[in-house]
Amino acid sequence: MSPALGARPAQPSLRPLGFGEPGLDARLDGGLQAAALHEFYPARPDDGVAAMVVALLLAARNGRTGPLLWLVEARAMRGVRPYAPGLAALGIDPARLLLVRAPDALALLRAAADAVACPALSAVVLRCGRSPAFGLTASRRLALAAARSGVSVLAVREGEPAPSAASTRWGVMAQPSRALAADAPGLPVFGVELLRCRAGRPGFSMQLEWNGEEHSFRTANPGSAAARVAGGAGSPGSAIAA
Amino acid sequence: MLLPGLPAERVRQAAPSLPDTPLALTVTSGNAVRLAALDSHAAAAGLAVGMTLADARALLPELQVQAHDPAADLALLEALADGCGRYTPMVAVAPPAGLLLDITGAAHLAGGEAALAGDLLKRLARMGLSGRAALADNPAAALALAGFADSDGTEWDGDGLVAQADGPSAVLALPIAALLGPLVAVPGLELDNPDALALALRRAGLRSVALVAGQPRAALAARLGDALVHRLDVLLGAAAFPLQPRWPEPEILVEARFAQPLLTVPAALKVVEGLVVRACLNLSERGAGGRAFEALLYRADGALARVRVDTAAAQRAPAAIMRLFGERLAALNDPLDPGFGYDLVRLAVPVLAPLGEEQLALDGGALAAGELLGLVDRLTARLGPGRVRRLAGADSHVPEQAGFDLPFTARPDATAWAAQAPGEPPERPALLFDPPQPVEVMAEVPDGPPRRFRWHRRLHDIVRAEGPERIAAEWWRRADGQGLTRDYYRVEDSSGGRFWLFRHGLYEERRIPGWFVHGRFA
Repeated sequence: MSPALGARPAQPSLRPLGFGEPGLDARLDGGLQAAALHEFYPARPDDGVAAMVVALLLAARNGRTGPLLWLVEARAMRGVRPYAPGLAALGIDPARLLLVRAPDALALLRAAADAVACPALSAVVLRCGRSPAFGLTASRRLALAAARSGVSVLAVREGEPAPSAASTRWGVMAQPSRALAADAPGLPVFGVELLRCRAGRPGFSMQLEWNGEEHSFRTANPGSAAARVAGGAGSPGSAIAA
Repeated sequence: MLLPGLPAERVRQAAPSLPDTPLALTVTSGNAVRLAALDSHAAAAGLAVGMTLADARALLPELQVQAHDPAADLALLEALADGCGRYTPMVAVAPPAGLLLDITGAAHLAGGEAALAGDLLKRLARMGLSGRAALADNPAAALALAGFADSDGTEWDGDGLVAQADGPSAVLALPIAALLGPLVAVPGLELDNPDALALALRRAGLRSVALVAGQPRAALAARLGDALVHRLDVLLGAAAFPLQPRWPEPEILVEARFAQPLLTVPAALKVVEGLVVRACLNLSERGAGGRAFEALLYRADGALARVRVDTAAAQRAPAAIMRLFGERLAALNDPLDPGFGYDLVRLAVPVLAPLGEEQLALDGGALAAGELLGLVDRLTARLGPGRVRRLAGADSHVPEQAGFDLPFTARPDATAWAAQAPGEPPERPALLFDPPQPVEVMAEVPDGPPRRFRWHRRLHDIVRAEGPERIAAEWWRRADGQGLTRDYYRVEDSSGGRFWLFRHGLYEERRIPGWFVHGRFA
């Protein structure tokens, strides 16, 4: 990510948050709607970090250059800290990140509502556990604020999907990478599945490989990409829906 | 100011239901339970600190016993020191039971030195604490006088509480215990073995400070050590004894005093608002803004409440500052308790900065930057200081020091991040565990990459691994020149989860090295 900070136009052109993979972006009308709420669920209990990373990468990929606000619950992040060298290696400029450690879920949601109303931010990424506070009302409030200010909200959640006003809901899982020489791990691969989509057809999944150099996702298996996008049931990723 | 009865009186104050019989606080040392502190009744009955509890019970069967808690005593002493900020900004604690106030040039505000000491003693008495105050030319002499001046029975005034000394004569009359005793806890003046020194001085017939001071210094230093001579100089004011104030003096301090205490928090806030306006006028005269504002609410009974707000950019708009105070107060875990009311309200501006200073280079220019800084201020005021953070890095090969997060108000140096080799995955994880979490690892060969590990009761089969990346301990920073080498592996398990594992120690350094997971890539 180049840290070049040009002048933002007075009326920000709200480019959608694209993955960078043409097949997937075409299917989503260019990408995720910018001024909206999107949810990311770990497909398996152990995929929380994968969901977090995909949400951060998408937020950092959007066209705007303002800071990203990353909201976490202090209790859930005890003993864990975001690691700037690792984020920089993924292509996320650590200097763009503002980290907020909220004491509890309620404070986190209040802070998120405040932050979404601030158009100086380019996106808000929040990680909220299974708190009853994040219900339909709270999600609607965030979605409306996002629509007004144009700030994208990416919520990383946990557990069974709860009813919400999100525009899209994704299941994310870590996937085995293409090995480099001597069985070394290759570029990170994530399986994503569109679980729900307000303006479109949900129910397709895809394996995406993140390329930090090009700062974009690519399909992990170019040969069968079209088949996977068109597919749905029967593709290897459909296990995510379980 | 010495509070010799502080431990026992603190216990009494915390439990007002205790009957009014002698009270002692005990510590267990070795196998014996010994008395650590006494109240005045117990001391009058002939008990002494250091006695075993069994002996004390034999002397005084009705003795009540409680556990000694030095940490709580120190906390109370520090709270009292904060409360003494009403007299002078130069307040220091001298553990275990002393408070030092530099009242040079501040005493006339309280009606003179003796009146100030009397006022302080009266406030302490209201909290159930008895104190012994002494006024002297230097802090060491004041402490010595407060501790020992009554032993010759001349210096105390009508209340039996205040000693006043001009010049060294009063100090010279003190017994040698004053020279060896109350300064023990002051750093830089430790004596190796005060008991042996006391014995040596007594054998030499030096029973008072004057007699010691009359001896040739060179001989004293040669026989009894430099530390004793230095102490003597400090006590007589010949060597400097700087006070370490508990809080640095703020750049701007405005205050309002009240004869009738303010009984509600909103009333106190109104006063704070007036003070904020005054401070902001002062700021605009200086052409600066404040980066932090602190309201100090002094309760009539001596307690102090501090409410601080930090701002991301220099600020001098009273309305914005009051809004931050409002957010901060609403977010306090235990709301302010006005008690008997506030009789002194102060507003301090500890940090000044030129106004209009840019904090973050942002697109969208000043307007967007202003919006963002406003958001940071609101979140900081509501969630508490240090909750809004930025990420930074340092040029260190030790992983936990190479990346960290800081409060937003801190300004890290710009970091150049290592470029990623093309086609290679990240070499460092996105999340770091601090501290690293222990895992059970199975490797095919002892020095080889791990094959399988168990973490959080789940077994992970490792499919791909890269390593080792050997990171040496910072042996040059350690006193023993040792430290274990870490061998790091980036591993991927069969379901795609990626971990950063390390073996703590080489096999030649340690017989059975432990394994830890230090971070997660995904």
